[in-house]
Amino acid sequence: MKREVVLYCKLQIANFKFMFISLKRIIRSGWLSFVRNKWLGIATISIMVMTIFLITSLFLLGGITKFLITSLQEKVDISVYLKADAQESDILGLKTDLEKIPDVKSVEYVSKDEALAQFKERHKSDNVILQALEEIGDNPLLATLNIKANQASQYEAITNFLESSFSYQNLIEKVNYRETKAIIDRIFSISANINTTGLIFSLILGFIAVLVAFNTVRMAIYSLREEIAVMRLVGASNWFIRGPFIIQGAIAGAIATLISLVLFLILMLFLSPKMDVLLPGFNLLGYFLGNLGTVILIQILTGVGLGVISSFIAIRRYLNV
Amino acid sequence: MIKFQNISKIYPPHIVALENITFDIKPKEFVSIVGRSGSGKTTLLKLLLCEERPTSGQIFFDSEDLNKCKNLPKLRKRIGVVFQDYKLLPSKTAYENIAYAMEVIGASDEEIKRDVPQVLEVVGLQDRAENFPHELSGGEKQRISLARALIHRPDAILADEPTGNLDPYNKIEIIRLLKKINDIGTTVILATHDKEIINSLGQRVITLEEGRIIRDEERGRFIL
Repeated sequence: MKREVVLYCKLQIANFKFMFISLKRIIRSGWLSFVRNKWLGIATISIMVMTIFLITSLFLLGGITKFLITSLQEKVDISVYLKADAQESDILGLKTDLEKIPDVKSVEYVSKDEALAQFKERHKSDNVILQALEEIGDNPLLATLNIKANQASQYEAITNFLESSFSYQNLIEKVNYRETKAIIDRIFSISANINTTGLIFSLILGFIAVLVAFNTVRMAIYSLREEIAVMRLVGASNWFIRGPFIIQGAIAGAIATLISLVLFLILMLFLSPKMDVLLPGFNLLGYFLGNLGTVILIQILTGVGLGVISSFIAIRRYLNV
Repeated sequence: MIKFQNISKIYPPHIVALENITFDIKPKEFVSIVGRSGSGKTTLLKLLLCEERPTSGQIFFDSEDLNKCKNLPKLRKRIGVVFQDYKLLPSKTAYENIAYAMEVIGASDEEIKRDVPQVLEVVGLQDRAENFPHELSGGEKQRISLARALIHRPDAILADEPTGNLDPYNKIEIIRLLKKINDIGTTVILATHDKEIINSLGQRVITLEEGRIIRDEERGRFIL
């Protein structure tokens, strides 16, 4: 019994040694082949760089779209015009009530005086209007509560709440939702469209890019099919044949990732000031650096993942499995 | 040692490569298999290497049943192969090509360092160790290929037209090496259609024609 245990342990140690030495050889062999087949490697890497580049661009484009949509939706609000004789304390009470509704994102109070100041500021170059205002003498503008909701669909409910609630009737002059409803709906449907179109577009482009990279790896392995046959003939196990190719794929992917990352950093530094003019308030470099972790993860996943998985699938054909 | 029993091989739909082949090969024999192209020589060797399975009949290598082709790596260790087109790995040096055959079975680095130079010496190419196949001549490539087949000290060597691409001088050299290998106790199975070689060997010759054995002589000559 004791002897059997010793024998079993020895066998396990031998197995472990075999695995370790094989792993070492697989990695070494993968690295050597990569270095020796320079042109094949360069071709694969350049295609992978393009793929990673495209997919990262799609990610950044997603960020830009999101920013565009939010800034568009930010502009949407409804205004509650308050009666001229409404007391400020009542108004503030209404504001607090409104803020308690979960659908409401923010409520901004613009008093009569502020409304006048804003009006004057807006029309400061228009003398006719300013003179007319002078002639009236009194402040003709009403105080307003500007309400922003989380979603377009919620404006209807908020408006209904304000119009139906009896306690506010002597406070509210009117709610401008009915007039602006068409525009609000329009803005939200456009932004939703942009979102889906962008997503579909990205998926299609991403799919094409992955397919191209996959086929490049496949061609590379196809060109080595005779070598694979020889390896089999000499008695190499499937993993011993597959391993070096997967290592090569991983190396190509890692190098492609590194190149794309550096390329993107340079591009961002260069493009960011220009984007600032095009999209005020959106800092491309900031967005890129802020999401650097995600970007690197996406790039590694595309690069190394693509290299490894394509090698794995492509080589299956030439193995006896 | 090697036993073919009523072996037939039919490639679908109806190409008969081998038909009812039966013969024995004893240990340490030097057997030549001759015949025109398409007579079934290569198929015969492929069956021995488990690259193809027979349609019917049985093949034994010692007690190993080659219809099942279990434990291929072990079989590859016991049968070395040499091909007409060398089948060396182009991105590995001569040394690495031979070492690869040892690496795949998990030989230790010390064993590889010890054995590869030895076998390179046997084929007389110690100074070519660091060259890649494309830097070697045809004869040198075949000798490296032979060295790779020898590295496991196999019980048998299969040579499929090993001299097909070589000039007369290199041809003689390869055959001389095969004889030397046979002299130290390795079974050699040589498939060829080279008349001179067969006639100079004076060993057992099995002649194939259209998938059948038409002659099996102890000290055979090349007659087709």
